[in-house]
Amino acid sequence: MTVMTREETEALIQEVLEVYPEKAKKDRTKHLTVNDHEVTQSKKCITSNKKSLPGVMTIRGCAYAGSKGVVWGPIKDMIHISHGPVGCGQYSRAGRRNYYVGTTGVNTYGTMNFTSDFQEKDIVFGGDKKLDKLIDEIETLFPLNKGISIQSECPIGLIGDDIEAVAKKKTEEHGKAVVPVRCEGFRGVSQSLGHHIANDAIRDWTLGARDDDDTFPQTDYDVAIIGDYNIGGDAWSSRILLEEMGLRVVAQWSGDGTIAEMELTPKVKLNLVHCYRSMNYISRHMEEKYNIPWMEYNFFGPTKTIESLRAIAAKFDESIQKKCEEVIAKYQPEWEAVVAKYRPRLEGKRVMLYIGGLRPRHVIGAYEDLGMEVVGTGYEFGHNDDYDRTLKEMGDSTLLYDDVTGFEFEEFVKKVQPDLIGSGVKEKYIFQKMGVPFRQMHSWDYSGPYHGFDGFAIFARDMDMTLNNPCWGKLKAPWESDEAEEAVAASA
Amino acid sequence: MPSVMFRENEQGQMTMYIPKKDLEENVENIELQSETEWGGEVTLADGSSWYLKPLEAKPKLPITLRVTRSGD
Repeated sequence: MTVMTREETEALIQEVLEVYPEKAKKDRTKHLTVNDHEVTQSKKCITSNKKSLPGVMTIRGCAYAGSKGVVWGPIKDMIHISHGPVGCGQYSRAGRRNYYVGTTGVNTYGTMNFTSDFQEKDIVFGGDKKLDKLIDEIETLFPLNKGISIQSECPIGLIGDDIEAVAKKKTEEHGKAVVPVRCEGFRGVSQSLGHHIANDAIRDWTLGARDDDDTFPQTDYDVAIIGDYNIGGDAWSSRILLEEMGLRVVAQWSGDGTIAEMELTPKVKLNLVHCYRSMNYISRHMEEKYNIPWMEYNFFGPTKTIESLRAIAAKFDESIQKKCEEVIAKYQPEWEAVVAKYRPRLEGKRVMLYIGGLRPRHVIGAYEDLGMEVVGTGYEFGHNDDYDRTLKEMGDSTLLYDDVTGFEFEEFVKKVQPDLIGSGVKEKYIFQKMGVPFRQMHSWDYSGPYHGFDGFAIFARDMDMTLNNPCWGKLKAPWESDEAEEAVAASA
Repeated sequence: MPSVMFRENEQGQMTMYIPKKDLEENVENIELQSETEWGGEVTLADGSSWYLKPLEAKPKLPITLRVTRSGD
C-alpha cells in the first residue's frame, strides 16, 4: 500500500471511531490524531495521560507496575517486598529481563519474588506486624541485602497501614535502608504515576544518604545513566560507549544498579537521561538540589547515537570531544556493514509502533537507518511532553494514537497494512494470527540489547529475521491458496 | 496553587514547569525584575499567566516555588 494522505488518515480515524457510542466516541476522538508538522505543541492535537475508557481493551499497567516493575525492581542488591496479596508480585516476577551481574539469592535478588502474602486476617487486623516480621526474616535469610523497599499493593492504601512507621523502625533496628513506597495500584491512570511515586520515594528516602560525606573520590568526568533499565543488556552496550569516550559512569539507574550507586548519584557532574518519562522527576530534583544538569539522549540506531554522543561530549572539555570522535570513527565500519547487509532487505518497509516510555519516539531513528518508515506510533502512558517530543520525530500525516484500544489498533493495522508491528506481548499473537510480522518491543522479544552500536547490529538482525521470515507466506493452507483453486477449476 | 519549577533550558531561556499538568513552557515575561523584587505576574508563551509572590531578589535557578492562577 502506498503512503496515506492526510485526508485518508483522517478518514480512517473517523471510520474506526464510528462503532463507538456517542460518549465514548467523543472521548476517544481526542486521543487519535494525524501528525502535522505545523503543530508544535501536542496539547493542540492530542490528549494523553487520561483515564482509560471503561469497557475497552487497554494495555496499560498500574502504579505498582510502574514502581516495582520499572523503577525499583531492577536495583539488584535491594530486596523489594510486594506488600499485599501474592499475585501482583508473582505475575510480574522476572518478566522484564533487566539483566544484572551477581548471584541471585545471595547478593542480588532481581528475579526473586518477596511478598507478604496477605490473607483475610491481615486485611481485618492490619498487616504492619506481618511486615515487621517479614523484614526480620529477610535479614536472617538474606543477610547480604543492602536495603529493602516496601512496594505497596492496593489493599495497603485501602486499609490504611502505616508502612512508613515500620520502615523507620526497621531502618534503626537493622541499620539498612528500608524504603516505603506508596505505589498502590489504584493511584493514577497508568504506570506513569507509579514512576513518579517511585522517584519521590528515592528523593525522600535514598538520595540524600551521603550528602555530608565527601569520601567518594570525584572526577570532572563523572556521569550517571538515568532511566536505562538494562533490558537484555541495554545499559551495558550504552555504558561502554560512554566509558570509551573517557567518561566515568558512576551510577546506572536502575538496570543492573545498586543502592550505593543511587546514593552516589548526587556527586556526578551530569545526568544522562534515556527514559525521560520515568526518570525526569528525579533529574529535575537533582538539578535543583545538587545543581547537576541533565540532558536527554538517544542510543537507538547509529544516526541518533552519534548525535547523542556528540551532544554529550559537548558538555565536557576538548579531550572528551576528541575521544568521542575516535569512538564514532571506530564503530563506523561496524555499523556501516550492518546497514549494508540489512538495508537492502528492509528498505521501504513500513512499521507501526505502540509501546511505552521512550521507545515510541526513540526507535524511529533506528528504523530510518535501516530504510524503514514508521507510519504510526503511540504511547501507552505518555504525557503531553512526550508527544511534544514525538511530533517532530514522526513524518507528516502519520498516525498518532494515545492509549489505543485493542479494537482501534486492529482496525488501524487492517487499513494501514504495515509490514511490521512493534508492541507488547498482549498484541503479539493477535497480529501474528492476522499474518502481520510482529516484534515484541517491551523486552526486545527475548533478544537485545538494542542500545548503542553493538545493539544496532542485533536490532537490524532481529527486524530482518522477523520481517523476512518465510513463515509469513505459509499462512494459507495449500488447498485454500489461489493456485489450488485454479487447479480445481481447471480439472472440473 | 501548584508548585512549579523555574529553570533555564539549554538555550538559556527561562521555563516554568508545572508537574501536575506536564507543562513546560517558556516564560515570556516576569512583571517585577528589579534588584529588590522578583516575581509578580508571570506570563507564559502559551498565553496563560500566573502570580508569583515577589521574592527579594532573583533566586538561583532551578527553583521550585508556589504560584497561583492570576486573578485568584
